[in-house]
Amino acid sequence: MKRARAEVLNARRFGVYHSITVVAPEVAQRARPGQFVSIGMPQGRSFIFRRQFSIHEASRRGGWAGTLEFVFDRHGPGTSWLAGVRVHEFLDVIGPLGTAFAYPAKLNACLLVSEGHASAPMYFLAQELRARGKRVDMIVGAETHEHVFKPIEGKRLSQTFSIVTADGSLGERGSVLDALPGMLETTGAEVVYAAAPRPTLRAIAEMCLEREIPSQIAIEDEMPCGTGLCYTCAIPVIRKDGGGYDNLRACAEGPVFNPARILWDRWIGDAPGSAPTPPEGYAKVRTWPG
Amino acid sequence: MTTSALGQTIAVDLNGLVFSHPVLAASGCLSTGRDVPSVVDVHRLAGVVTRSITVAPSRGSVVPRAAETASGLLSHVGLQNPGVDEFLAKDLPRLVRAKVPVIASIAGTRLDEYVRLTTALDRRPGIVALEVYVSTSDEEFAGEPFHASPERLNEIVGAVARMSRLPVFVKLPPMLPELVETARVCIRAGASGLTLIDAVPGLAVDADRLQSRLAAPIGGLSGPAIKPIALAAVYQVAHVMPRVPIMGVGGVSTAADAVEFLLAGAWAVQVGTAMLVNPSAPVEIAQGIASYLKEKGISSPADLRGRLRVRGEPAGDAAS
Ligand SMILES: Cc1cc2nc3c(=O)[nH]c(=O)nc-3n(C[C@H](O)[C@H](O)[C@H](O)COP(=O)(O)OP(=O)(O)OC[C@H]3O[C@@H](n4cnc5c(N)ncnc54)[C@H](O)[C@@H]3O)c2cc1C
Ligand SMILES: Cc1cc2nc3c(=O)[nH]c(=O)nc-3n(C[C@H](O)[C@H](O)[C@H](O)COP(=O)(O)O)c2cc1C
Repeated sequence: MKRARAEVLNARRFGVYHSITVVAPEVAQRARPGQFVSIGMPQGRSFIFRRQFSIHEASRRGGWAGTLEFVFDRHGPGTSWLAGVRVHEFLDVIGPLGTAFAYPAKLNACLLVSEGHASAPMYFLAQELRARGKRVDMIVGAETHEHVFKPIEGKRLSQTFSIVTADGSLGERGSVLDALPGMLETTGAEVVYAAAPRPTLRAIAEMCLEREIPSQIAIEDEMPCGTGLCYTCAIPVIRKDGGGYDNLRACAEGPVFNPARILWDRWIGDAPGSAPTPPEGYAKVRTWPG
Repeated sequence: MTTSALGQTIAVDLNGLVFSHPVLAASGCLSTGRDVPSVVDVHRLAGVVTRSITVAPSRGSVVPRAAETASGLLSHVGLQNPGVDEFLAKDLPRLVRAKVPVIASIAGTRLDEYVRLTTALDRRPGIVALEVYVSTSDEEFAGEPFHASPERLNEIVGAVARMSRLPVFVKLPPMLPELVETARVCIRAGASGLTLIDAVPGLAVDADRLQSRLAAPIGGLSGPAIKPIALAAVYQVAHVMPRVPIMGVGGVSTAADAVEFLLAGAWAVQVGTAMLVNPSAPVEIAQGIASYLKEKGISSPADLRGRLRVRGEPAGDAAS
């Protein structure tokens, strides 16, 4: 983890998304897909939390060596401020943070499922999986065609690229959950990676569990610091030996988790107390890919 | 950083407890010592107050635990910590290796827990003081927080102070009916100083979903939003007890904020939320204090202490 005062090299838009590329060689060199950067907000404003963004691209070679890109849509004061940041300004960047997606050793066919801005790390992951000789298929979901994340690049990176939009303005109408069962069949997926809002992640995780397909998810949670200091972004995760659970920090022990080990009811159930320990204890869950 | 590049000393002496500069990390904002991120220059802090430590390990409260509010952080971590045994085995050695003075914050729900924590932590190398957290609910006394009852506070603080050879600070919240009286109870019971203030109770509401934003649902408000509340608490207590060391905490984000606390009567400051968002905040604040002193021609932070002049009063009446 490094902190840098990073110069903005490029700030542009595609669709509803804003993309910022910063010069941060020490961060870019270490970055792996699934990890994120934490951006400090300007002092003296009413919004004080750092804002976290998945690393969309980290260039280690070529003309862009030492740069990294993150992508966001505008939804609150932090992203609105960032949308106004211009080339040659400086950002307070800490990264790379959190855990990365693990690559399968033997299994080959990888299906990457994502929705909206959560698609940001998937392109980086697709590149790395391809570089390891893996088969990559992708499902990208969004509200409308404008929210579909880089469709052309997606097609270039994957064997089959399935687009689903809620309004049917591009690809199939529906959600990634409608497309997933079919894609699992047709691609012969052996491994699933997912990034999406929590209810979608939970549904994806359940579909994979039923089919005994190992999966990894990247979660987004409210993170005031992003660096592991505050212990507020806790996720209840079952211990490896099944003997109870721990509240792990999404920013430090995540954001990539094996969804089979998350106590979903306790995490996002409406009544958080509604997930008592079963009398026989929690099932042991293999960590993945080990 | 005892002597700054600028020549004058910024060390502070809290009646024998000496720090190289007046800026410490506040409890709860730098874990208990394990996996402190490398972006925090731990060895350059004047000291670290640990996340409050309990006898048994605690998983903390249910999620969600935090929400951003105007200039503030509303949080309820529920004292998630590894418990005192694991703290001693795994966390303390790391802080000792980082050569940073450690103030162990202790929290219990019964008198015997405070006693047990005090004996476990008292003679450990690296620990320079104890900070007693008294906002937990008292299991032996109707579940009220300890700070709500002068008798219980006297008992708890008295026991800790008697059993410890270290300076003992008591951390108080600001919204007590008789803050000054409560502070006096702590000092009479044997505390060497006070830490003012703990986070302020707050509620954040999501009107869209008609629900609270925290599961708790009431959390502790911290950050710039609470600075005036903290300053008032420090000022009130320092005014009547000028010889009692006070560590000021609550919304300190810049050197100017720290100077305000010193003027109001604090002997040192602790930085919490500001460090979460700017890991080098405490070091920058210490440097800023040094520059301020130099600019004003003041030789040490102690010379600022309590120098606050009340507007309208003649200048000569300032802290004598
Ligand atoms: C690991 C990680 C990676 C992320 N990657 C991206 C990305 O690549 N692109 C992108 O557009 N966004 C991403 N996000 C979400 C993004 O950080 C927040 O949406 C953003 O900080 C919102 O700030 P705001 O002020 O614009 O919005 P507001 O909604 O006003 O945010 C207020 C605060 O709430 C937090 N918050 C509230 N709900 C959530 C939630 N469900 N998830 C995360 N934070 C929440 C925000 O971080 C912020 O601190 C990521 C979040 C995390 C944790
Ligand atoms: C995430 C978080 C955890 C905290 N945990 C503790 C704790 O365990 N014990 C304690 O005495 N205070 C705790 N506090 C309170 C702080 O030490 C401090 O009193 C308060 O945050 C006000 O200071 P600040 O505005 O600089 O953050 C915590 C605060 C935060 C934000």
